[in-house]
Amino acid sequence: MAKLNIDSGIVARCQQAAKTIADGVDKEIAGLTTTSIERTVLRLYGVTGVDNDDIPVANIIVDQLKEKELLAEGAAKNLGKALLSSGLEIAELTEAIAQGEIYLPQLVAEADFSDRRITDFLIKLAEKKSKEINNNRKKRKNLQKELGLGSQPWLYVIVATGNIYEDVNQARAAARQGADIVAVIRSTAQSLLDYVPHGPTTEGFGGTYATQENFRIMREALDDIGEEVGRYIQLVNYCSGLCMPEIAAMGALERLDMMLNDAMYGILFRDINMHRTLVDQHFSRLINGYAGIIINTGEDNYLTTADSLAEAHTVIASQFINKEMARRAGMENELIGLGHAFEIDPAQENGFLLELAQAQLIRQLFPQAPLKYMPPTKHMTGDIFKGYLLNGMFNLASIITGQGIQLLGMLTEAIHTPFVQDRALSLENARYIFKNANKLGAEIEFKDDGIIQERATKVLEEAGEMLEDIAELGLLQALAEGYFANIKRPVTGGKGSDGVLECGKNYFNPFTKIFREEMLER
Amino acid sequence: MNLEPGTGGNSSRVESSAWLNKAAAVDLENLRPYGDTIDDGKIQLSFTLPVSFGPKAKAAGKALLENIGFKEVEIVHVKDLKEGFTFFVAYGRSQATVDYTSLQVVNPTVSIMDYSEINSFIAEKIGRPIKVVGACTGSDAHTVGLDAILNMKGYAGEYGLERYSGFTTWNLGSQVPNEVLISKAVEVGADALLVSQVVTQKNIHVKNLTELVELLEAEGIRDEFILVVGGPKIGHELAMELGFDAGFGPGTTPPEVASFLAQELVLEGKEEN
Repeated sequence: MAKLNIDSGIVARCQQAAKTIADGVDKEIAGLTTTSIERTVLRLYGVTGVDNDDIPVANIIVDQLKEKELLAEGAAKNLGKALLSSGLEIAELTEAIAQGEIYLPQLVAEADFSDRRITDFLIKLAEKKSKEINNNRKKRKNLQKELGLGSQPWLYVIVATGNIYEDVNQARAAARQGADIVAVIRSTAQSLLDYVPHGPTTEGFGGTYATQENFRIMREALDDIGEEVGRYIQLVNYCSGLCMPEIAAMGALERLDMMLNDAMYGILFRDINMHRTLVDQHFSRLINGYAGIIINTGEDNYLTTADSLAEAHTVIASQFINKEMARRAGMENELIGLGHAFEIDPAQENGFLLELAQAQLIRQLFPQAPLKYMPPTKHMTGDIFKGYLLNGMFNLASIITGQGIQLLGMLTEAIHTPFVQDRALSLENARYIFKNANKLGAEIEFKDDGIIQERATKVLEEAGEMLEDIAELGLLQALAEGYFANIKRPVTGGKGSDGVLECGKNYFNPFTKIFREEMLER
Repeated sequence: MNLEPGTGGNSSRVESSAWLNKAAAVDLENLRPYGDTIDDGKIQLSFTLPVSFGPKAKAAGKALLENIGFKEVEIVHVKDLKEGFTFFVAYGRSQATVDYTSLQVVNPTVSIMDYSEINSFIAEKIGRPIKVVGACTGSDAHTVGLDAILNMKGYAGEYGLERYSGFTTWNLGSQVPNEVLISKAVEVGADALLVSQVVTQKNIHVKNLTELVELLEAEGIRDEFILVVGGPKIGHELAMELGFDAGFGPGTTPPEVASFLAQELVLEGKEEN
């Protein structure tokens, strides 16, 4: 593989700064939980379903507990008390709440058990539920061993019809055309919903709602086609927005393989409250790590609003931070799919060389990460012919620099959600180039004083300086001052701040401990 | 008949030569597509049919184009997309023509100025910066079009409105409810509202845009603002139909929007305020 000379001293400084930054974030989120985390705990215990108005039972319970100021000790303890005092199974309790027959705070008030009794009961139940997730992880490993995975860069396509059954047809066709990964794009407004819709859905805008049933349907359809084509097809969804950890739990339960998961993305591009989403992210990454789900981070987006040449170092700085935060949630390097993008203006002279410098630099800085490489979007116009060529250049950069996850560009980007032939053409484009130029990277050496080497050196130096600035400032303040994507967000503003809660001294979430301890043992 | 030379147009620097105006003339009353010969009517097409690949699929693709009215249909590429989908690349000779001479095109009436011309136009005729509030409304999360027009950096080598001395801008970003846009506009005393609609599955954009106009009318403040909308599926005609003052389609550059806003404001006599 082609190699750049990288100053290990600067890399060490970047890593050290990232640690200081993550220490600061840890301090900010310590002792906090959120309404979405508490709903997640309920979902992990098996609370599902909706009432007659389609309000999820997990939301009903958490809202009731919040209203009665019972959330400081966590949803788990309240659930434990209710189960013990009613003698009901979780499914029975959930159904009764959905029917409005049971008011949970009432059961909690009636409960008279020792704290020990309640936590023992909850830990036992949580261990059982965690085992289901761990079994999913093992099943994935076995299926991947049995069927095989495509070689990297994996070919990643999206489906976005709004109708899960239509999505299934398109996803299966894509798998037969050579796709390794299928992402079901969410309906555009879902990231700002403070609940997860329920059941199979057939209408959405610009995408299909993420629901547990939709996850299950697509998983089954992809397992089926995977067996036929002799390749394990990976399924992706979006673990971001206000329901970040709930989606993580649903994905863990339904054996998704990858999740977009990045608090900084939510802060910058969805104006979500910093504390809300950083607290949510930590628990989400615990779940994703425990479930063996690869996360994709969102640095690629910075270059859609900021200048892709002037701001290239912000991508790398953010990757150092994101990696450190993921490691602290127990994630293995192999699960940390750091994001970046091919977004330099095609009119830029030697722009392709600069793209190579960036992609190669990132490859060498994070050798174990399954890097997620995003296609050109900012410079895609209605000219589908030029767009198809740009996507070819993007694929060439990827095969030369050994990227991990190749999100295929659509020639109709900026026009509409992909047509079935757009996806087929993108797969054909990538397969042609990946095969035709397969070992090109291994044949290339970069000139010591050449454009590519000099660019990489410059970008890394700038990333180091930026990281050291942020280490002084703190991540939250840096986001507030517009360090990333040229977007400024106030530390205390943003959506979902009302869902941030302080943990009481008796707060208890058994899953955090189980996930963390088991990951350490692996 | 209104005839114009077929090749070279009127861009030639010479007035007469052995080759000038010698190709067949274009019949502008019966305008046809041009492949490589005048009036060959050739059109390039690609599409998918939801049927399994095979001879019957190919026949169906050809028959479909014939039913549309194409002559000399050639299916040049057929591909099995699997799962009951077949993809076609085809050529056909279009029978339809267009009377170019009688076409009316609706465009925002504006003469396009450049960055410095716009700034001095505003300084001279309005005497204060124009206040613009922009947003991607409804569920739309795609700010690429709005950013191209509003942000400092701009688009296609042209600065965005934020950079102009003649504009003060507020970019509210994505997924902004119409109510929020309006209250911001009132709060800052905006001259113009800039709405972007990019992802527009199932015509949701029409609903969003109509709602904005209705809300403004309900408040009795529609006439206080110049209303502009942009996006890949937006044209000036559609914008006018929906009650906006202008619509800008894909590829619009910041000076086009800036020129319109400046001239429209002068037309409305707002500069006296």
